[in-house]
Amino acid sequence: MTDTPPAPPTDRTGLAVALLAIDPIGLGGLWLRARACPQRDRVTAGFDVLPLPRIRLHPGIGDDALYGGTDLAATLATGRRVVGAGLLAHPAALVLTMAERCPAGLAVRLGQWLDAGTGCLLALDEGVEDELPPAALTDRLGLFLDLEGTGWQAVSAPPDPARVAAARERLPYVDTPEDAARMLTVTAAGLGIASLRAPLFALAAARAHAALRGDDCVTDDDLRVAAQMVFAHRATTRPDDTQDSAPPPPPEPREGETSQTSPEPQSLPEDMLLEAARAALPADLLARLAAGRAARMASGSSGTGAAKKGNRRGRPMPPREGRPDGQSRLDPVATLRTAAPWQAMRRKLQPQAPGLLIRPSDFRLRRFQETSDRVLIFTVDASGSAALARLAEAKGAIELLLAQAYARRDHVALVAFRGTNAELLLPPTRSLVQTKRRLASLPGGGGTPLAAGLRLAMEVAIQARARGMTPTLALLTDGRANIALDGTANRPQAMEDAARMARAYATSGIPTLVLDTATRPQPDLRALAGQMRATYLPLPRADAHRMSAVLGAALA
Amino acid sequence: MKDPFPFSAIVGQEEMKQAMILTAIDPGIGGVLVFGDRGTGKSTAVRALAGLLPPIKAVEGCPVNSATPGTSPDWAHVTSTRVITRPTPVIDLPLGVTEDRVVGALDIERALTRGEKAFEPGLLARANRGYLYIDEVNLLEDHIVDLLLDVAQSGENVVEREGLSIRHPARFVLVGSGNPEEGELRPQLLDRFGLSVDVASPNDIATRVEVIRRRDAYENDTEVFLKKWRAKDTTLRKKILAARTALPLLQTPDSVLEDCAALCIALGSDGLRGELTLLRAARALAAFQGAPSVNRTHLRAVAPSALRHRLRRDPLDEAGSTARVARQINDILPA
Repeated sequence: MTDTPPAPPTDRTGLAVALLAIDPIGLGGLWLRARACPQRDRVTAGFDVLPLPRIRLHPGIGDDALYGGTDLAATLATGRRVVGAGLLAHPAALVLTMAERCPAGLAVRLGQWLDAGTGCLLALDEGVEDELPPAALTDRLGLFLDLEGTGWQAVSAPPDPARVAAARERLPYVDTPEDAARMLTVTAAGLGIASLRAPLFALAAARAHAALRGDDCVTDDDLRVAAQMVFAHRATTRPDDTQDSAPPPPPEPREGETSQTSPEPQSLPEDMLLEAARAALPADLLARLAAGRAARMASGSSGTGAAKKGNRRGRPMPPREGRPDGQSRLDPVATLRTAAPWQAMRRKLQPQAPGLLIRPSDFRLRRFQETSDRVLIFTVDASGSAALARLAEAKGAIELLLAQAYARRDHVALVAFRGTNAELLLPPTRSLVQTKRRLASLPGGGGTPLAAGLRLAMEVAIQARARGMTPTLALLTDGRANIALDGTANRPQAMEDAARMARAYATSGIPTLVLDTATRPQPDLRALAGQMRATYLPLPRADAHRMSAVLGAALA
Repeated sequence: MKDPFPFSAIVGQEEMKQAMILTAIDPGIGGVLVFGDRGTGKSTAVRALAGLLPPIKAVEGCPVNSATPGTSPDWAHVTSTRVITRPTPVIDLPLGVTEDRVVGALDIERALTRGEKAFEPGLLARANRGYLYIDEVNLLEDHIVDLLLDVAQSGENVVEREGLSIRHPARFVLVGSGNPEEGELRPQLLDRFGLSVDVASPNDIATRVEVIRRRDAYENDTEVFLKKWRAKDTTLRKKILAARTALPLLQTPDSVLEDCAALCIALGSDGLRGELTLLRAARALAAFQGAPSVNRTHLRAVAPSALRHRLRRDPLDEAGSTARVARQINDILPA
């Protein structure tokens, strides 16, 4: 069905906002991926047509603001209990800024609120590359827009409020053909979308589109648009790939599922919808989302931005001034101590007031210092020389270490370098099964781009640090660097680049362990480890158990 | 707020539904853990369960839902002696919740404004005699997990902080859900869940379409949809109540006990909690089906849920625990 061209992509922005404005509850919300720019402002300006009051949230918002509760400051000022209503108490269109920084806890709460069907969420995602909002949230948002590379002209003007209002009136009377649900479900399955929320959103989008056209019945055209708007960014399999090969690096292969469902729609008339959805798929989308999806797993228990100075657990630190919210605890003794000297003076001002006179400025919060989670970054030399010698042993040792890391609740990341570049096989995760799978599928061969491997590992380490984790690097190599940072086969340059990276490590203060996997200890590598201020361990031929014992002792 | 999606209208996911019904029949089984992909109806099932559960009788205004007037805790100062009927509490425990909110704490507001030392009960108090639901349980902060482990074990919440010394009953059925890709659950907490269920998106198109149809009908015509399914939910509730009555009268032949033990030994599950839960779950299922005594069929039906999370975990084992349990069931308990 290629004779009917899919709706031009330029329409997507205006259309998404219009559809959302017609059925905000049914569509759940919009995931808008864009840095702050005029294009984004133009899209957000369209939010004015939403029939709900807009409320801005930030990822650090506390429970007291979301759910309401005693307003301590106001309570003290008035002398009676003042309860503030939470933002989630009323139907609203929540605008979540910096959605990529949204912690898992907030995502769950917003998800529950969305499930209750009281409003919609506009997630403004400013993430770069693999930074994504939590999947628990994005799964519940029907629509997606990515403004990257979209010019100002391509962003359509805000939809006409009158037209949207008329469409909203019409929406309850829009008929859906009997077959629509089946077609959308089959299409979603064909695109490898496991979540059943997607077809529901698509159905809602199709109805909203029909209403927008001023029609009383959902047509094939509506379904096509809906499939484009809702399915494109969720796809995990490109329908045209299913024939010749298994889906390229599946982030987490679900046994049997995709392989069973994907061939089926090929023979069905829903091809048309698949075609439409595929037209809206950016070429690199799959790789991008796969990377991002994996990266999200790193966020651990407390989500992004987990600071080392927690206020909930760990070693106590002196209390400090602050406002109690859902996240922190008041230190009553310190608060009273602060308030005590002022009592006489305040009593003169308020002779009638009962009890102690405490002002919000007296509040002292408890603080604790906690040790952050550790992330072990394995940087593995998978080059030809290493593959011949010790790659299998290195793999074995890592597997054994993984079991230890599991017991210690460490996170693990896996970087491999071979050929001309380095690759992040696994972003920091606690999922051992995944690590094991990636490791098992790591091939060996090619040159030794040591500097590139070190650079990537450092990027991972810096990102982990930004998330409040403590990175530790374990480098397993034979040290025979022969590929320079620019990818050329130039041994002196390669060694020079590696030395440069090593000095960067020395200044970064990332604890590092260099494990010499060459058949004989390499003096060059020992020098390099010295430049990195790393612990250097030459490993004589040994079995994996012995290697793991050495590693375990060095890292303990 | 809309009425929750009716429990009986959930398509497929039979194991999850069975596990939830079993804990409703016998809360002593100790909770359900639902692990699976997004959008597979985990949260829907839990919310639906809240609508399905038979109401409880509790003292009016009692923060811990005491059944009889004399048993309300002293600190609550409950004056009413009226016993009212109220829905079984299903309390959400959100991620990032503070310790104070979970166990309860000094009522700061009253302490500061009126100088009174009063206890502000937390979520554990409210969940007493009901359900405590943790969405994304594998992302829960470790220190909250520690609290829950302790309370779930003892059935009592002990608060010793800020000059308060308070204890109150906190017996609840723990229901957790999560996505295993986002993190693992500590074995200690895993063990506290009586049953565990792995859910996946349905594979066949017909089921998927049916899910979408029903959900769509629910969204668009809630009243009609609820009316249509209310009768089924009521039947199910009556069956649960009947099973609760039948449970104490149920016969447990020795052969079933031997089967339980043999299966657990073969699987090498830690401790005896596996056997106990397996037996309780099998009894609950037998009661639900109106059978006069427990038999091997019941054991076979509940064994995967009761045991799959209790196997000593080999973190590097590729085959899932479900496969291991299934294999042993077929070996030890041939149908």
